Amino acid sequence: MIYFVLRRSIFAVVLLLIVSAFTFVIFSALPSDPAALTCGKNCRPEVIESNRERLGYDRPLIEQYGSYMKGIFTGRTYGEEGSSIHCPAPSLGYSYDRHECVTSLIASTLPVTASIALGAFVLWMGIGVGLGTLAALKRGKWQDRVATAFSVIGVSLPTFFLGLIFIMVFVIWTGILPFPRYVGLTENPFDWFMALLLPWFVLAIISAATYVRMTRNGILEVMNEEFVRLGIAKGLSRRRLIVTYVLRAALVPIVTIAGLDFAFLLGGALVTESIFNLPGLGKLTLAAVVNSDLPILVATTMVAAVFIVVANTVVDILYGYLDPRVRAK
Amino acid sequence: MTLLSVQDLRVTFGTADGDVHAVKGVSFDVAAGETVAIVGESGSGKSVTANSLLRLNFGADVRTSGRILLEGRDVLAMSEDEVRAVRGRDVAMIFQDPLTALNPFYTVGRQIAEAYEVHHPGTSKKDLREIALDSLRKVGIPEPTKRVDQYPHEFSGGMRQRIVIAIALVNSPKILIADEPTTALDVTVQAQILELIAAMQQEHGSAVVLITHDLGVVAEITERVMVMYAGRVVESASVVDAFATPTHPYTRGLLKSVKSLDTGRHERLESIPGIPPSLIKLPSGCPFHPRCSFASSLGSRCSTEVPELRAVGSSSSACHLPNERLLDLLGGAHDR
Repeated sequence: MIYFVLRRSIFAVVLLLIVSAFTFVIFSALPSDPAALTCGKNCRPEVIESNRERLGYDRPLIEQYGSYMKGIFTGRTYGEEGSSIHCPAPSLGYSYDRHECVTSLIASTLPVTASIALGAFVLWMGIGVGLGTLAALKRGKWQDRVATAFSVIGVSLPTFFLGLIFIMVFVIWTGILPFPRYVGLTENPFDWFMALLLPWFVLAIISAATYVRMTRNGILEVMNEEFVRLGIAKGLSRRRLIVTYVLRAALVPIVTIAGLDFAFLLGGALVTESIFNLPGLGKLTLAAVVNSDLPILVATTMVAAVFIVVANTVVDILYGYLDPRVRAK
Repeated sequence: MTLLSVQDLRVTFGTADGDVHAVKGVSFDVAAGETVAIVGESGSGKSVTANSLLRLNFGADVRTSGRILLEGRDVLAMSEDEVRAVRGRDVAMIFQDPLTALNPFYTVGRQIAEAYEVHHPGTSKKDLREIALDSLRKVGIPEPTKRVDQYPHEFSGGMRQRIVIAIALVNSPKILIADEPTTALDVTVQAQILELIAAMQQEHGSAVVLITHDLGVVAEITERVMVMYAGRVVESASVVDAFATPTHPYTRGLLKSVKSLDTGRHERLESIPGIPPSLIKLPSGCPFHPRCSFASSLGSRCSTEVPELRAVGSSSSACHLPNERLLDLLGGAHDR
């Protein structure tokens, strides 16, 4: 087991290196000149050239990548003494558009995204697995139909549409909730909760739709397994059979996908954050796209990649723990 | 003493294509400690009959009628809780495919212990472990103290079937239903498993209802044979009579289609012409008549009238042919 974990972790690190190199190359290959973007439309060529030198864009790509990677571990200083800017480790670059170190931008936006992702995840797993289980156990009855209808509607609704409807209904028409304005959890837990309630539900409903179907089908499939029949033939109660046999087996693949979906969400919920005006990673990324703020784009892409790779590794290890057949290999 | 009495059992599955009449009026008795085999092709209703004994036929639309008297109590009339108390305690089942019958997520020890604990709640963990170890020992698993904590995938098919048998026998059931217990196994392992079932039966005094399509298995361990065809019992006889003097054309066909050591190298193996009938649209009259070589000799009777099971010699047979002709024609048929 230790060997298994170790091997997966090494693999994850190698994968991240490859991803970072690719990200770096792709963004460098973009036609926009990063140095030209540093000082607006009417810029004198001398300023562009001095900025190019200051930010290191005049060096060969491989060297740029080298100092970028080094910056992650040691921090990085841009420019000469006097007018220099220092970004402490782990430095993910400097945004000339916002005049801020990218790391601190991410540090301020990540908690927002994490709050959104965590709450939505809990909700959608609850709704998805709960409703899916109900649908499977009441197969063909009205509960099943309601769950299936929910699933179809949820899958078909775009996030922005559902988000706008929620704002219309809960904020504008009925006024039950204030318009979401993000407040840190440590500042005021109640306001934090109220601000995130709508985005949580929007994301949860849309993601849960898939999970309802997956859970329902997974359970029905497991119910046809011979070992479940043996469980019945043993005289197990229905409740015990469903919990220890059916759900145990049906949830293994769902855990895998849930881990990846959660990681994906941690990379930034672009649409949701924009609609509800939440200053998260997604919104940071979107603004960077609009402003061609390459350092931020490289960094957010890498951060998202880290989440996905880490989640993949965790899920792999978890899978080995959940399924004894995988553990053996 | 009659332990189990099945009376006019009928099982119908409603499907989109129409009703499937899987079992159409099956009756038989099983005495304590006896071994009875139910033989038939796929779709003959033998497995459905076996599953009915524990109410294990599932589906959206399953209709079961008749009576299944277990020591006088009708299994079909029991409440869910009552059936649950019977399952695994009074009547246990060995499944066909040991590769899929065990839960892949739990150790074999836990699965054996669970079968006991369900009917003996409150048994201590320590006792349960002893019981699991003891069960593994009895069914001949080597190194039980090590194996008890292993998962099903760490065992071979034959070993897994031994574990399935251990699970079935942990409560010393009165009846053991074995649904094709050797079909999924290697030939070399088959004999071992059959021996084990026979030995366990001796030890626990259980009656065995063996479901199989393998006549070799029947000859090996059973006393009485019921041959099923299209949801009906067409012949019921002692194992000796069934092999020596089959009294139904179908039984005769089955026996002739088995290759034995005496079959010559260049001799063609006989087969029963045609295919088993669709259970949705059964042939009129005797369900076997379209495939029966004797049907034409009786005019239209075979295609209009369903034959009832009646005594022929010491066996029972559901065939319109007169007794003398049945014994004449069929008795000598198995001349090898």
